[in-house]
Amino acid sequence: MSNSTTTTRTSARGARGTTAGPAGGEKSRRIDSLGRSIRLGISRIGYELRVYSRQGDSVFFTFLFPIVMLSIFAVAFSNAGNIGAAPDGTGGISFAAYYLPGMVAAGMLLSGVQNLGVDIAGEKGDGTLKRLGGSPLPVISYFIGKIGMVLVSAVVQAALLLLVARILFNVDVPTDPAKWLTFAWVFLLGVITSCVLGIALSALPRSGKSATAVVIPIVLLLQFISGVYLQFTMLPEWLQNVASIFPLKWMAQGMRSVFLPEGFATVEQGGTWNLPWVAIIMGVWFVVGLLLTRMTFRWIRKDT
Amino acid sequence: MTNSDNVVSVTDLRKSYGGVTGLDGVTFDIRRGETFALLGPNGAGKSTTIEILEGYRDRTSGDASVLGVDPQRGGIDWKARIGIVLQSTGESGNVTVLEQLTHFAGYYENPRDVGEVIDAVGLADKAKTRIGKLSGGQRRRVDVALGIIGRPELLFLDEPTTGFDPEARRQFWTLIDGLKSEGTTILLTTHYLDEAAHLADRAAVINAGRIVDIGTIDEIGGADARVPLVRWRRQGIRHERRTAEPAALVAQLHAESHGEPDGLEVIRPSLEDIYLNLVGASRADALDAEAVLA
Repeated sequence: MSNSTTTTRTSARGARGTTAGPAGGEKSRRIDSLGRSIRLGISRIGYELRVYSRQGDSVFFTFLFPIVMLSIFAVAFSNAGNIGAAPDGTGGISFAAYYLPGMVAAGMLLSGVQNLGVDIAGEKGDGTLKRLGGSPLPVISYFIGKIGMVLVSAVVQAALLLLVARILFNVDVPTDPAKWLTFAWVFLLGVITSCVLGIALSALPRSGKSATAVVIPIVLLLQFISGVYLQFTMLPEWLQNVASIFPLKWMAQGMRSVFLPEGFATVEQGGTWNLPWVAIIMGVWFVVGLLLTRMTFRWIRKDT
Repeated sequence: MTNSDNVVSVTDLRKSYGGVTGLDGVTFDIRRGETFALLGPNGAGKSTTIEILEGYRDRTSGDASVLGVDPQRGGIDWKARIGIVLQSTGESGNVTVLEQLTHFAGYYENPRDVGEVIDAVGLADKAKTRIGKLSGGQRRRVDVALGIIGRPELLFLDEPTTGFDPEARRQFWTLIDGLKSEGTTILLTTHYLDEAAHLADRAAVINAGRIVDIGTIDEIGGADARVPLVRWRRQGIRHERRTAEPAALVAQLHAESHGEPDGLEVIRPSLEDIYLNLVGASRADALDAEAVLA
């Protein structure tokens, strides 16, 4: 981010240097450079998607992981009866239906935090960032490329996940447009928040090789305490409170509000889906991620 | 900047890493259109100098100006005017040569033609090969191609031909000659002294963070270092003498020995000989200094 501020400073200096420049010169130059940043950012999205789709291992582990996990849960508990069924065994929903929202949320987290955290730490280690830092690519274009790549892959991933759930495991998906509207904003805000957190987290590993060792335990732990694999209300209250600090719990809760029947809201903390807090907590983490990114992201570690 | 013809201007550049001195007062200028070589052993400060000028490292003290801008504050506009070939090859194994160059060309206002650049670095038949599948020398050529794709005014080449076979090195020289004739200013570091002799107009020899000598390729090391050496054997004993008039000495030897002198050699010191002398001498000085301090 430090680079983009430098640019503005340089162009401002340049505009002042031209004697008979038009009054709006500086402003139009800034718009030019914003346009250029966006154009290059879009070109980065295509480039990143190409590189991403050619990496066999990360495609498997982050892209297909939620789908694999949903399948395992659905098959493992296929004889266990429904969740939330009446004492006579009627009603309720299947395990596949119950796990679907958690897996959608896990996919959002993995696509952003795990994918970008490992990816960018690796690019730092292998010299990619050093090369980009010496080129006239604005930092913001680089980020647009990364976030765009994650958004595209997360959308495809969620679509596949829903398709597998619907076709293989016969899970009912909502028909109410209002539910899909909730899905859209929770998904978008969740993925973008995960992205900025992933970018911020990429500053932590000291080398590209240690990146997975640093990032994976964090996301794994979050998944266990946030109601992705274990039913959230089964956790002790103090652990629920800890998990409520982090965004994944709220992503999962938002997704449950979309995919689970209304009656399930009563077992949530406070007895409601609490969508306003879903938005607030994710929004706060988005801002925190942005600030951390701004403070920590460098093309290269200077003086090492 | 005092002289607008200077593309690079460095004055008393110093860099220390936690108390260890990497650069100890380096001063030089590079004029527009010039090819300037930085020579020196590993760890002498070549890469530190070049990375400060590329904007990758901050200096501890001294002044530096690159294309009229302090490289510590070089923004996007400035980066668009320079080309960088780093010492180590990075990454991007998953895209093809053509894809990589096409993508990077998009960063620049007036890039070179991608096809022409691929031809110029001799990778025409590898254009559609993924970079990860190329050999080390071929990847290096991709680095060079990426360095020049933006039509830079100033090109940094940090040991560009490491891993090249002799033929590839010659091709590279031809490529650089072409850039020079277009007016590109070049800062080169290399361990190949023949490369420096072929490409550079001027060179600086740097050792232990200081410039030991600087000048045109013909001048460096001083006139004395270039005095030819005549070697011969007489009655099994080896003789050698430095002389500015080797032909006269050979004639005299011929007369004295009434025929061909044994093992006669006339050696004109190459840049490599001069360089080794310079580096060796400054190392001896440093050892002396340490001895005095101790």
